[in-house]
Amino acid sequence: MSNTRLDQARDLDFKRQVEKESGQNLSACYQCGKCTAGCPGAQFYDRQVSQIMRAVQMGLKEEALKNRSLWLCLSCSTCSSRCPNGIDVAAVMETLRSMARREGWVQDRPIESFWKAFLDTVKYTGRSYELGVMADFMGRTLRGWGNVEIAPQALLKNKMPFVPSLIHGRYEVARIFTRYAEKRR
Amino acid sequence: MKIGVFICHCGSNIGATVDCAAVAKAALAYPDVVYAVDTMYTCSEPGQASIVEAIKENGLDGVVVASCSPRMHEPTFRRTVERAGLNRYMFEMANIREHVSWIGRDVEANTNKASELVRLAVEKLRRNAPLYAKQFDVTKRVLVIGGGVAGIQAALDAAEGGIGVVMVERESTIGGKMAKLDKTFPTIDCSSCVLAPKMVDVAQNPNITLYAHSEVESISGFVGNYTVKIRKRATYVDWDKCTGCGTCTEKCPSKNVPDAFNEGISTCRAINIPFPQAIPKKATINPDYCRKIKEGKCGVCAKMCPTGAIVYDMVDEIVEEKVGAIIAATGYDLVDWKVYGEYGYGTYPDVITSLQYERMMSASGPTAGHIHRPSDGMEPRNIVFIQCVGSRDRSIDRPYCSGFCCMYTAKQAIMTKDHLPDAQAFVFYMDIRAPGKMYDEFTRRAQEDYGVQYIRGRVSAIQPTVRPDGKVGYIVRGADTLLGSPVEVDADMVVLAVGVEGSKGAGHLAETLRISYDHYGFFMESHVKLRPVETNTAGVFLAGVCQGPKDIPASVAQGSAAAAKVMALFSKPKLENDPQVSVVDIKRCVDCGKCIRTCPYQAIEEVEFRGVRKAHVIETVCQGCGVCTATCPQGAIQVSHFTDNQLLAEVNALCQF
Repeated sequence: MSNTRLDQARDLDFKRQVEKESGQNLSACYQCGKCTAGCPGAQFYDRQVSQIMRAVQMGLKEEALKNRSLWLCLSCSTCSSRCPNGIDVAAVMETLRSMARREGWVQDRPIESFWKAFLDTVKYTGRSYELGVMADFMGRTLRGWGNVEIAPQALLKNKMPFVPSLIHGRYEVARIFTRYAEKRR
Repeated sequence: MKIGVFICHCGSNIGATVDCAAVAKAALAYPDVVYAVDTMYTCSEPGQASIVEAIKENGLDGVVVASCSPRMHEPTFRRTVERAGLNRYMFEMANIREHVSWIGRDVEANTNKASELVRLAVEKLRRNAPLYAKQFDVTKRVLVIGGGVAGIQAALDAAEGGIGVVMVERESTIGGKMAKLDKTFPTIDCSSCVLAPKMVDVAQNPNITLYAHSEVESISGFVGNYTVKIRKRATYVDWDKCTGCGTCTEKCPSKNVPDAFNEGISTCRAINIPFPQAIPKKATINPDYCRKIKEGKCGVCAKMCPTGAIVYDMVDEIVEEKVGAIIAATGYDLVDWKVYGEYGYGTYPDVITSLQYERMMSASGPTAGHIHRPSDGMEPRNIVFIQCVGSRDRSIDRPYCSGFCCMYTAKQAIMTKDHLPDAQAFVFYMDIRAPGKMYDEFTRRAQEDYGVQYIRGRVSAIQPTVRPDGKVGYIVRGADTLLGSPVEVDADMVVLAVGVEGSKGAGHLAETLRISYDHYGFFMESHVKLRPVETNTAGVFLAGVCQGPKDIPASVAQGSAAAAKVMALFSKPKLENDPQVSVVDIKRCVDCGKCIRTCPYQAIEEVEFRGVRKAHVIETVCQGCGVCTATCPQGAIQVSHFTDNQLLAEVNALCQF
């Protein structure tokens, strides 16, 4: 742990950027810790969600973005529903994930790959396609048969059809992705 | 007419963005202005002296001061011109600070606007006339609404000062919330031991008339002369006959009545005396549960009562009292904490409020001071206290700190260790707020001497579980933000330090009293720092938590302060009215009676004038609100100092082109 020179280290533009992108007022956070207290992933986090909020408040960009917690976040929004100051904490976490990717600071590549795999199937089929996600994920991470033991049960219950079900509006869905990519450029 | 104009710099407050010398120079050109000057601080002693000197040297008839808001210094300058021999109403003020210098940076525009406001004041002053106050009699009695510790203190102090007191209490006994407490911080002395003697004093003081189980129905009149209608709610017991022996409460067969005094953790009978030290110690029947009143069958209490005090067909009674001042001391109620789903919506039996816990620890409470959890009577081993429930929480629209919860939680944690030395007490807090004499030391004692475990973090959820031994436990999920990790406690009982809000019905009472109240039911003081006891309605004062969260010492202090304010008001043989009241122009009045009907103060009467009926304003009753002026179709009734001619002259001064 290093001693932080607050007069130099604070990047308040970063805080403003997070507030703008997430639409949340980070100054409203008074660090009660209720988000951390309710977070189902907290025990696996390397930095607690209340500490991430603190890092953003203080404009400490690396502390806020370079951690695995962002990628372990389940987006269940318990933090948002419990926050006494009405901050949508999950939206802030989402913003930070996006910023971490832009900075190239993703701390958990496999999880990022899973996200990409999932979104790819949505892009091409208009909805989720489990087998496609699995295949895409394996291709991206070169991981072998990680969770293959659940496959038989999933197949039996018809939770993992071999043929993707394509929805009517899949091209429109795909256009959302294209438009977003154009906007980013 | 000779008018003098004084332009104040107010240091740099005005001087920095208004060219005061230029404004003074411009003022010299206005009609009737013979003297104009800019001064650094007009309200200072030399500033005021220069006004007096200018009046005397130049023979001025009126003075305009252009400075700050009249709210603070209009009375100051009125006294100044009075010292120089002028009538206090031959003075006008132009607000060039709040309305000009503080809101704009453009010096030229500011200077122009300031000059125009001065012109407006001059035009008004040219049409001013001397006004003289009338004197009126004062009813030297005070109404105290609420019989908690603040109201009791106010009543006792006023009665001590020789003032008659009418106390109205909604419950059947006085004592308020303090009577429910077991111990008080930071000395851990017994609450009822210190309060009960004061309650007895209220009952025995010949100057105090107590209406318990009563509410204020309506209030009319004005400072010095209020008429109060008090609704004495039916008790179904003749209190003149009732001796408080308690036989009825033992024999009543209707047993499952939620005990309001014990905050619902126990039951009482349909006829009940709240607690042994109740004042007045009289029985009251709860008609919602009385079998005789509801079903017509029973009548046990009437048979048992040795004095024949039971009256099943009693009805509410309205009594009228005359008072000269009013002290509101209506206290607080707990915030509705049952909105918190994460704390069980109030459905978990062992998750209780701090007030309920207080009743549990009290020797006169339902468990005789033994701590047993409500669900199965088990003596708890792990007790969790959660602070800021319903305080500092914007999500439920209660963003303020309730002030005294940190202290009573520390007290309750200490008392827990006192009652159950083997128990563990955990306090989840956000910040410990202990600003008071011996307060912080007290919270330190809880941690250092009694081993209470404080954890900095809010609790996110209470989850009931069944333990291996079959008993119910409550997993309290919190975070230790200092440690930076989530924590859990398997608790036997959870005590919520619930925040406070204005008493139920406070808003309605405020409207009856014609005082302001805020969004949370707290009454608004006249000035948050300098007039914390007064309201903006003359003759109405505040004491205790009804004005904002405060602990017992502060409530008592404010009770005494309110009594002192009333005594100061009553110290004069007669009160003087504000002469800025309505006056009827008899030549124009056609006796249509509209003003009489609209006047909210009943200040206008009909009189016979040379055989014709005309409206007439009772000057000491009129409050100068101006409703009659707006109503009069003839323009016959005008508020002195704010006549149509004066207001139009001001408008014309601004719209010259």
